[in-house]
Amino acid sequence: MINLELPRKLGGLVAQSHQVATEIFRPNSRKYDTAEHEYPKELDMLAAVIDGMNESGALGGAGAGTVGSGGNGAPPKGEGGNRNGSNMASLLGLIELCWGDVGLLLAMPRQGLGQAAIAAVANPEQLARFGGKWAAMAITEPEAGSDSAAIRTTAKLDGDEYVLNGEKIYVTSGDRAELVVVWASLDRSQGRAAIKSFVVERDNPGLKLDRLEHKLGIRASDTANFFLQDCRVPKENLLGDPEIAPKGGFSGVMQTFDNTRPLVAGMAVGVARACLEATREQLESAGIEIDYDLPPALQSAAAAEFIAMEADWEAARLLTLQAAWMADNKKPNSLQASMAKAKAGRVGTDLALRCVALCGATGYAEGELLEKWARDAKILDLFEGTQQIQLLIVARQLLGKTSAELK
Amino acid sequence: MAPDPNIAGRSMAVGLRALNRFASSGAIDRLGLRDPVVSLLHQASKTTGRTAARAGRTFAAAQRLSRPARQPSARSSDLFDLTPSDEQLMLRDSTRDFALARVRPVAESADADCAAPPNLLAQANELGLSMVGVPEELGGAVQERSATTTVLMSEALAQGDMGIAVACLAPAAVSTAISLWGDEQQQATYLPEFVGESVPAAALAVMEPGPLFNPFALSTTARQAGGGYVLDGVKALVPRAADSELFVIAADLPGDGPSLFIVEPGTAGISIEAEPAMGIRAAATGRLILEEVQLPATALLGGGERSVFTECIQLGRLAWSALAVGTGQATLAYVSDYVKERKAFGEPIANRQAVAFTVANMAIELDGLRLTTYRAAGLVDQGKPFSREVALARRLCTDRAMTIGSDGVQMLGGHGFVKEHPVERWYRDLRAAGLMEGALLV
Repeated sequence: MINLELPRKLGGLVAQSHQVATEIFRPNSRKYDTAEHEYPKELDMLAAVIDGMNESGALGGAGAGTVGSGGNGAPPKGEGGNRNGSNMASLLGLIELCWGDVGLLLAMPRQGLGQAAIAAVANPEQLARFGGKWAAMAITEPEAGSDSAAIRTTAKLDGDEYVLNGEKIYVTSGDRAELVVVWASLDRSQGRAAIKSFVVERDNPGLKLDRLEHKLGIRASDTANFFLQDCRVPKENLLGDPEIAPKGGFSGVMQTFDNTRPLVAGMAVGVARACLEATREQLESAGIEIDYDLPPALQSAAAAEFIAMEADWEAARLLTLQAAWMADNKKPNSLQASMAKAKAGRVGTDLALRCVALCGATGYAEGELLEKWARDAKILDLFEGTQQIQLLIVARQLLGKTSAELK
Repeated sequence: MAPDPNIAGRSMAVGLRALNRFASSGAIDRLGLRDPVVSLLHQASKTTGRTAARAGRTFAAAQRLSRPARQPSARSSDLFDLTPSDEQLMLRDSTRDFALARVRPVAESADADCAAPPNLLAQANELGLSMVGVPEELGGAVQERSATTTVLMSEALAQGDMGIAVACLAPAAVSTAISLWGDEQQQATYLPEFVGESVPAAALAVMEPGPLFNPFALSTTARQAGGGYVLDGVKALVPRAADSELFVIAADLPGDGPSLFIVEPGTAGISIEAEPAMGIRAAATGRLILEEVQLPATALLGGGERSVFTECIQLGRLAWSALAVGTGQATLAYVSDYVKERKAFGEPIANRQAVAFTVANMAIELDGLRLTTYRAAGLVDQGKPFSREVALARRLCTDRAMTIGSDGVQMLGGHGFVKEHPVERWYRDLRAAGLMEGALLV
């Protein structure tokens, strides 16, 4: 039966995550925004606590920052077969943590995106070797961003090892992680089917750090660029099937994103809520009243704009919950995941910027966190597929178009 | 679109199911209602077309209950869930079948005529639209009150045509208002007619002319006089104003503020002018002019409570959001087909990002509005506060749904501007959904 309220059973998880956001993230927000590239040591203890909670199941079977694995393990059963499982739990946790600080969330030890890739495609032996480690994800290259099928990094089998050569950029926590999951092509003449992911230990001498980026936002989260120079990894480090299958191989890799897109949407929902709450406080202290029953045209322009922003935020939030709910209930959600990511991504940036403008100097100056959130929010409309990529995915599905027809 | 021969059967099945539930309910025997109702149904089944003229129908209390009957709220689930119940699915799907097979083909002519075909309105009653908000012991079709069910049915109906949907749902607004807020006398007097087969045309009149209309500061007044009330003022865009046999009218009651009054159109001092508008023309909107209209004390609905009036406004806005979702869905589906067919520069225009992205955004914003509307309806059903959520749905309805309507025309280019395609009508209709007050209730 239709109910769009959050389940009570996840209330504890939400409250815990909110507490982490309030007590640990927010007090350190400005510090690591200013001290870019400095390791946020406050997170170590927190990560240990979260690991413990994950093991004990105290977080509803899902780590607050762990990206969903499409329901690995049995999600708790609800009434009539309806489930609010690990995807929903992860999402709700993330929203709270990103209400606190997106940069610090991304910097959390052992919560990297690479772990999602490992969980999605690793065999049991690989899971045993790599599970629980801090894994970063290296996909993007200087000449291959959204077009991840165009990557140039190569992997050549040499005896029992693959030899990787190429350049990887925008690797979140790449320098801090224990493992880097590198996307590389076994045979560039065979296109996307030949793209595989390889687990590289961070201390592999062939994985050379080029630099850490200086960024617009999420400065607490390091972004590394690497050169791979004759980087040798055991052939058992190739995730999934080593054969080049003409069909299905690449889409398997891309499936990781069906599970992570709603989570990135959730990050935008979280940071946008922070903006709305702070702005509401500012407006109310300036004597602005927000009345939900009175037509907006009869209220102050600020109140009317606030309601319009909240409306878009609510739409983004519910689209995101829908995508996670579908994943929990094993309904194909690729369309809804991209719809959520597209809406939440743009709403996050749009709301944050409007909130800064509404709050004037207070919003723009570093005395408050609003200006930081407006800088942080922009990444959420870029990574895990830009706004434009999401619209492509949505349009192709709606209109039944192939990537050759709708470019 | 060829009418599906099974539609009538399915629609009838819903009506009969509602009837069966009503007939098997122990309450009607307990209350001694069976005989009057059976004879009423018998009467209705013999009558072809409506015999009662406007103001000709007499509303007389059949059997008064000792207290007003109210539908209980539906049980609420603790888990997030987007799956409709079996009953909701059945009602929604039959309504959508009816909307696509029966309503859509006559929408263009109804728009031109400024009236919905009477036989279509009679068929729509078979769907039980005006019964779902009525308590079972008073002949209602559904055991539990569910704004969500009404939202789903309204959305489905508007996929056929918003103007006709408004015409079909206008009487339901009155029956729901009396079910929710009427006392036992008012319920006994008016509700039996709404659960029969010849449902009277009726309208909930809230809007007034003029810019910046505020439903909480009405120009229409109700002053107390001679133990009753005297109404003065003008109500605007009242659906089916000319043939309505009952009105619920919003007027300002000094001391109590905005209040609702049950008004029979035969009362002296009421005149009606046609007020066709940009869209929802099939709803036959009219202006209601009230001059020294004397009402008995029993006309006041909901005791003049501010909370009742506020809820009425909120539930109305929610109903309009539901219609916007339906019309938005019709627009999206039509445009999606069109851009795949229409060729320019040697290929379908859907192959161009400028077109494809516009369609993607229509779908995204439509789903956002739909979910926001469902959430608000769910809160109504759970008895939780819903003022904020209704306001958010309303806002999306005003902004985003209108953009869907505008993009709908845009994607067809010049073809969207002419009446060869329905998108120009949906454009006109969608403007109503974000500005109308009252007229509908969920």
